[in-house]
Amino acid sequence: MRLSSSTLLHALGLAAVVAFSLFPFYWMVAASFKTQADILASPPVWLFTPTLDNYRAVFSDSKVFGAVGNSLLIASATTVLAVLLGAPAAFALARYDFRGKSDLWFWFISNRMMSPIVLALPVYILALQTGLLDTHLVLILVYLTFNLPIVVWICTDQFKSIPPDLEQAARLDGADQFTIFRKIYLPLGAPGIAVSAIFSFIFSWNELLYALVLTRRNVQTAPVVATSFMSGYELPWGKIMATGTVIVLPVTIFALIVSRHMVRGLTMGATK
Amino acid sequence: MTRDVARQAVMRKKTIMPETTVKSPSGVNRVPNRGYGRWTPFWFLAPAVLTLLLIGIYPTIFALVTSFRRYNIARPREGFPFIGFENYASVLTDSTFWASLGTTARFYITVLPIEVMLGLCIALLLHKTGMGFLKALARVTLVVPLATTYAVVGLIGRLIFNRDFGVANQVLNTFGFDSFDWLGSPAGAFAAIAIMDIWQWTPFCALIFLAGLSMVPGEIEEAARLETSSKWALLKHVQLPYLLPGLTALLILRSADVLKLFDMVFVMTRGGPGSATDLVSIYIQRVGFRIFDLGTASAQAILLLILTIVISRLYIRILYKEVQ
Repeated sequence: MRLSSSTLLHALGLAAVVAFSLFPFYWMVAASFKTQADILASPPVWLFTPTLDNYRAVFSDSKVFGAVGNSLLIASATTVLAVLLGAPAAFALARYDFRGKSDLWFWFISNRMMSPIVLALPVYILALQTGLLDTHLVLILVYLTFNLPIVVWICTDQFKSIPPDLEQAARLDGADQFTIFRKIYLPLGAPGIAVSAIFSFIFSWNELLYALVLTRRNVQTAPVVATSFMSGYELPWGKIMATGTVIVLPVTIFALIVSRHMVRGLTMGATK
Repeated sequence: MTRDVARQAVMRKKTIMPETTVKSPSGVNRVPNRGYGRWTPFWFLAPAVLTLLLIGIYPTIFALVTSFRRYNIARPREGFPFIGFENYASVLTDSTFWASLGTTARFYITVLPIEVMLGLCIALLLHKTGMGFLKALARVTLVVPLATTYAVVGLIGRLIFNRDFGVANQVLNTFGFDSFDWLGSPAGAFAAIAIMDIWQWTPFCALIFLAGLSMVPGEIEEAARLETSSKWALLKHVQLPYLLPGLTALLILRSADVLKLFDMVFVMTRGGPGSATDLVSIYIQRVGFRIFDLGTASAQAILLLILTIVISRLYIRILYKEVQ
């Protein structure tokens, strides 16, 4: 009898965890299917007839469409660049000994702590002077400041776990270092590279501060557009929540794919 | 030919000297044949390092220079003259700047204990045996808050804490309390951003603690369970040592995160009402991009950077001991 009551408590506790994690997300998705009248109802309604009007409004709004396109382009480009630049660096950090190695490694990690506002100010001035303001390029480059360290960290970890015997065997066959990197480390390290790429994509997709400061009309990203709906007298709540759902859904799916690595990615591996 | 040399090198390394230096017959130390030249690491590292220098360090130096200038782009006629430490002097005597740091500290002190306690409870629930499916489900759903776009968390907060039709007031009413103007009152707005932060980051604490709990060797935990039936004693004497590194990481990482926090608060309150939720990032952004006083904002950013460097050195010093 005692056992079953503790089991019941355990189940209730876990159910509470699920409810806690999902409620705000659920509330957004629910609101995205409500009519404006249902959203403005006081007290809030929990049962309602769903409508697709908000999504129709979102998908026929060229501004949202363009913004999602911009986000997709910027996040993909910065991810590809981060992997192209970061994977070789990770290979060097995992396999070679050289002076200043640990300093370099810590420098990569320190970038995780950097507040974006510190870089946003000078990058804004520099972009203003060079005419890069409101271009895809400036966001792609500035996002590398946080993506590159993540790729380097996760890939270094992954490359270290590849047994050195393989490399020695390849060297006996006369393979040079670049061939070893390309033929052994890249294929065997692919899972780590994929995880780091997904992280890089998620962080770039979610970013607001740089996007807010460094863009004007042309390259507004999805979070910027979603927040821009938040002004005016009568807010289009349903449309805002539908936009929010459209923004959050893809990255949530990505995050579920890498959920096992979430802690590693967010702590830069300080805790395993 | 090269193959032979390489094989010999490997053999020598394996059979005679496993260490890094090999004595040649002449008795002079020489670098062993590692299969790569002195410059090889450089070529692999150069692209990443140069990129980070260009997009990270160069702007930082530029910000440092700007912080010694009068640099208001709303008043370009005045030019951008060097004025020494004037910006720093005005920042350090600016009570609003100190107040924003104070609000940031207060925010950290408010959310962190709650996130740690709730996270620990969740981790213990997930660590307990049984309930396989529900446990797996809970574990997966914890990732959802972490991945939610911070700006969208702010949008959801605006909806949930709305004075007229927000679900937060419905909950208050159900428990017999009066409705509350969350985002319109200083205490309410502070509580609202704290609650959204707790929602987003408690799962992070839970996952870190869960990783710590699973590091406890199974036989030790079993033996302790036979020894005592008190869960508290088990937690305190057996599990706690495995949780401490994670806790340290959390304390430091979250402090850096709170100094960075911008998106969610900007969307929910823009620092208001008054200065109730004016965190340091929000304040610097306002000085830089609403008042366009980039000189002062740069000085503030440099001070924030120094604080961040101290925090990250601390993080590295404490948590990567084995690497150093």
